[in-house]
Amino acid sequence: MTAVSTLLMLGILATLGFVLGRRRALASVQGDSRRLHSLPHYYGWAVAIWTVLPASVLFLAWQTVAPLGNAGGFAVLALALGGLVWAWLRSSATFRARNAVERAVMGLLILASSIAIATTAGIVLSMLFETRNFFSQYDWTRFFFSTTWSPRFQGDSDLGFLPLLWGTLYISFIALLFAVPTGLFAAIYLSEYAGPRLRAIAKPLIEVLAGIPTIVYGLFALITVGPLLRDYFAQPLGLGNSGSSVMTAGLVMGIMLIPFVSSLSDDIISQVPQSLRDGSLGLGATKSETIRQVVLPAALPGIVGAVLLAASRAIGETMIVVLGAGAAAKLDLNPFEAMTTITVKIVGQLTGDTDFAAPETLVAFALGLTLFAFTLCLNVLALIIVRKYREQYE
Amino acid sequence: MSLLAQDTRTKRRNAAERRFRRYGLTAIGISLAALVMLLTSVFSSGLGAFRQTFIHIPITLTESALDKSGTRDPDVMHKVTTIGYARVINAALAQAIADNGIVIDGLTDDDIADTISKEAPAQVRDAVLANPDLVGQTVSFSILANGRVDGYLKGRVSLESAAIDTKISTRQLALADAMQDKGLMSRDFNWAFITAADASDQRPEAAGLGVAILGSLYMMLVVLCLALPLGVAASIYLEEFAPKNRWTDLIEVNIANLAAVPSIVFGILGLAIFINFAGLPQSAPIVGGLVLTLMTLPTIIIATRASLKAVPNSIRDAALGVGASKMQAVFHHVLPLAAPGILTGAILGLAQALGETAPLLLIGMVAFVREYPGAPPEGFFDPASALPVQIYNWTQRADPAFVERASGAIIVLLVFLLVLNATAILLRRRFERRW
Repeated sequence: MTAVSTLLMLGILATLGFVLGRRRALASVQGDSRRLHSLPHYYGWAVAIWTVLPASVLFLAWQTVAPLGNAGGFAVLALALGGLVWAWLRSSATFRARNAVERAVMGLLILASSIAIATTAGIVLSMLFETRNFFSQYDWTRFFFSTTWSPRFQGDSDLGFLPLLWGTLYISFIALLFAVPTGLFAAIYLSEYAGPRLRAIAKPLIEVLAGIPTIVYGLFALITVGPLLRDYFAQPLGLGNSGSSVMTAGLVMGIMLIPFVSSLSDDIISQVPQSLRDGSLGLGATKSETIRQVVLPAALPGIVGAVLLAASRAIGETMIVVLGAGAAAKLDLNPFEAMTTITVKIVGQLTGDTDFAAPETLVAFALGLTLFAFTLCLNVLALIIVRKYREQYE
Repeated sequence: MSLLAQDTRTKRRNAAERRFRRYGLTAIGISLAALVMLLTSVFSSGLGAFRQTFIHIPITLTESALDKSGTRDPDVMHKVTTIGYARVINAALAQAIADNGIVIDGLTDDDIADTISKEAPAQVRDAVLANPDLVGQTVSFSILANGRVDGYLKGRVSLESAAIDTKISTRQLALADAMQDKGLMSRDFNWAFITAADASDQRPEAAGLGVAILGSLYMMLVVLCLALPLGVAASIYLEEFAPKNRWTDLIEVNIANLAAVPSIVFGILGLAIFINFAGLPQSAPIVGGLVLTLMTLPTIIIATRASLKAVPNSIRDAALGVGASKMQAVFHHVLPLAAPGILTGAILGLAQALGETAPLLLIGMVAFVREYPGAPPEGFFDPASALPVQIYNWTQRADPAFVERASGAIIVLLVFLLVLNATAILLRRRFERRW
């Protein structure tokens, strides 16, 4: 018996259970539904739930251990039938069907909301397990402190983490250097100066930038920004002749982060109470002085939180750096040089032919775990700051 | 001192004010310029993918070459490979060139043969096998031209570049010009770009998005069927029922954090749990769908909770007042009122999932897939590609014609996103209620 036909049979049994349970409950009060504890359909649902729930738990358990054969199929259906009969026998006027059904629904709701925890646990456990494998084959001090990254197929690779970290931080730094002032000034202008017409046009247009997938930014870096920077900046200045560079990836990532910074700062600036502005303007300050000396200091913690969130985004961004930054792991200061990041190497080591016993593949999990820990810290810090700030003015 | 004349300090402060405004305007200008540049870059290099160069010639499908047995039995005719068809097509093109009186110095047979796409024989072969009675007749076909010739018509290949390119000669470009004059060659709308499967490195002119679009569609189905019910159930619990305790606090922190976890981490999760541990097949839409579900769940939960919160308490109180249980109040009254907001959030989550690339790279979606996945539910387990991954794939190929394909694919992706977002906006406009 296949899984699909078993599920189909289960569905038929549940429908049957619904009809039978409802009918038996009504029969027990001679059709006078006012004398039932719950509305008639709750008795039907109670039987249906008792038919499906235990059986599907068995079904899932069986499926994870071994494929469902004839034996499994019949065992599942037998359990379903047992549940049906047991619940059907209980369908009488005194049975509190609604409470039973609501308890079951509540259980499902709790289960659904626990998926978030299961996901996090899945992420951490899966990476922890493979990372342990990696460090049993490769010395952890060499991973964290070596300055060369050169994986080799024959083995005996140098898998130093520092050049990747440097590339990641360098690119993120350039991205933030571009995105934070631009996003912040755009937010300030839109919330404090712009008339309703400019606001109605510019705000949605800037938000369009946030809806564009990162692969599009990646291609933009590859075919437009990269060659542009190479031909007009890097080559005339004698700084290299590579289309993919830290600058390319950083600038394009900066564009991607503008709407992120500006919409977060916009929220934060508009939360600063109007009375603060009025007080400053009343003392004779100009609008820009009010913004610089009153609004921004009051909003500072929130803005720092927004910048941290943007930084965590930049560090975890993949497609822009895969297409724009290059693949060479280098420790260099020249922003027009191709460098690489943690995410690029995760993609590089885990696509194509992978051997899950070799350290060259397993290193990706160690990189992933480091990335996860890094962004987790930034996110939690940012959340704490933003939450504290929000409470300040509520 | 007059009140009307500004002193130097006031002038300085006013200048600072103007400067500050200019900074703001510049920032907005930079953002908008970036958007315009991005879109221009994509559209200018991608629109070409929707038009393709075709060669229109009559082809005599000789019986001796294509069906020696004379039975017109497709099973027997299967034995004739594309090489046999290539000969027939090359002869037909040479004939058409001679018939139209086109004379080009030094034009060789190889030049003529290489003007045609390597995909063309397969095109003709499929047409003949679908209708064996065509053999023996002279049928006019529109066959694909070679990618370089196509590039010449689109301005990507020039006489100068052809002179140093071993894959095309200036004679062939002269031939292309002459054939255009005689109406043998033209650029037409390229449906195959949207419907056809991917093609190998050597034939960019035949590469299409069919498998990728189908794969993305399957994944979106999985995401919709899993993320929407799960997300709504989780939000209802957290917003309406959850007591304030450690466990719910933990869930809240987890959701907030998952929303900001780099997407590539979800790819590692998918690879480790769904493929290595649960043994699901690589590059299957079901795995992609599961990974994207976990990724979009926080988005949907956050949107759903916001719209549940927007339903005023008076609705709940009224329902409880006439004797509904708490669950009845939520499911009969609060949830229907919050439905438009929930749907909007779900569509936006879907849009986010549709454009996501990085996690799909790790679960093997980069593989070269030429077969269309089967019908659901079995098709969810067949190998497929996805729109953003197909774009990435094409950027990694050597032939510059694939850049045009990749940009064209981005236009298709952006159109899908535009439709999704416009639906969300319309829904919000139409059904949003202010209490």
